[in-house]
Amino acid sequence: MASYSTNEFKAGLKVMLDSDPCAIIENEFVKPGKGQAFNRVKIRNLKTGRVIERTFKSGDSLEAADVVDVAMQYLYNDGDFRHFMVPDTFEQYQCNEKAVSDASKWLKDQDMCTVTLWNDSPLSVTPANFVELAIVETDPGVRGDTSGGGGKPATLETGAVVRVPLFVQQGEVIKVDTRTGEYISRVKE
Amino acid sequence: MQADWQPTCSIELLHLRAQILAEIRSFFLTRAVLEVETPLLSYSSGTDPQLDFFTTDYCSYPLQQTLYLQTSPEFAMKRLLAAGSGCIYQICKAFRNGESGRNHNPEFTMLEWYRVGFTLTQLMDEIAELLALLFKERASLNATQRINYQDLFFKYTGLDALLFNYDDYCAFALKSQSLDAIELCKTDHNAWLDFIFSHHIQPSLGKNALCMVYGYPACQSSLARINKDNSKVTDRVEIFINGIELGNGYYELTDAQEQNQRFDEEILVRQQNSRPVIVKNTHLIAALDAGLPECSGMAIGLDRLLMVLTSNKHIDDVIPFSLARS
Repeated sequence: MASYSTNEFKAGLKVMLDSDPCAIIENEFVKPGKGQAFNRVKIRNLKTGRVIERTFKSGDSLEAADVVDVAMQYLYNDGDFRHFMVPDTFEQYQCNEKAVSDASKWLKDQDMCTVTLWNDSPLSVTPANFVELAIVETDPGVRGDTSGGGGKPATLETGAVVRVPLFVQQGEVIKVDTRTGEYISRVKE
Repeated sequence: MQADWQPTCSIELLHLRAQILAEIRSFFLTRAVLEVETPLLSYSSGTDPQLDFFTTDYCSYPLQQTLYLQTSPEFAMKRLLAAGSGCIYQICKAFRNGESGRNHNPEFTMLEWYRVGFTLTQLMDEIAELLALLFKERASLNATQRINYQDLFFKYTGLDALLFNYDDYCAFALKSQSLDAIELCKTDHNAWLDFIFSHHIQPSLGKNALCMVYGYPACQSSLARINKDNSKVTDRVEIFINGIELGNGYYELTDAQEQNQRFDEEILVRQQNSRPVIVKNTHLIAALDAGLPECSGMAIGLDRLLMVLTSNKHIDDVIPFSLARS
């Protein structure tokens, strides 16, 4: 596998660190005018999600991690694993709950999402930024309320709970930003 | 998104740069410091183990010679001083290979000046006066701070910068979550000082103020003279504003023999670290032998000074074309 020198470090680069695949978030070249050059790097461990800070001597290198993001369609949950498919090749992957993690509450059958593969096995799943999901349970709205003010919790078909305005009713489909977990709008069927 | 042909800095910045250059020239004119020019291309380069240089080929058949782009105008300017130029300054380009980042561009603008008969303290007074002039009516600057390196180091780390105790340094690395330091620096005192200073001290130096750090440990003396009262420290000053290193000054070493020895030591360190080989600058040794007047000298990175003046966070924002667009 190729390796990357500190000079090539940039946000998004995937490298191996302490035997785990990691993504570089930030790289800063630090050099006292008359002293040793360092690279201070903020890096995310892709297995644990933890962000750590590390320092390297400039010119050092790290092995590249074979990590790729692949657009896949979510198929179904068999109880133990969730199954995904690459639409172009029909190639299927199964992910355990650990890899799916928080994405599970946004995954609806047939929806597209991003599966991150490390050495061709799923490392994590990222839902689409915006998903459209039906409300399966929420308190009845207050007549006349058009928007604003407090809102109420609503349970979606995938199990996620989001705050919605009072006028939004059970059975309606809403658009949600999965990055913030916030309600965006109602979706007209 | 800007197109690649366009400058990385604004047109206003070009104006500011021109004004700053004019003010620096007038500052030195009124003080009778002579502006000089020295070659950017030379048959040799500095031996500093931490600097990488650019080389180029001079071709005039049948002569073919490798030439170096200067990493600083220091050697040539000292030769002028030895030849009797009196106080001199220069605004020029300096080149350092491999240095690129928020505060670095491999080609940058340097102001360097030498004051014959000045002690380091007198030089520091002049630095403060120059910066006060350049900041006046442009950005507010709090009172200038002058701090001894050893005191500063102790204040931030509890460690003695002049006395290397490996266990204490490792304990600090553990406590400050800088475990990498232990592996990177091993038992190299100099590397530890660089690591700790750049990670844990420099970022907090000079909050909206000029901070001058003097009395560097002797192992970081470079071309400065060892202090006559304390052989553990060197008469060197570094200046910082808002955590950015702006420049470096020395009470200059005038002893040809010691200079020659430092060159040899640095060349040896370069060999050990497999850095590119360089030819020793014998002209400088000869000049010191002939007699360099007692003097102090300072170098300031003008691009970084512009960054600090305008609160820009990236050097690309103050130079017309960064390397990527050159």
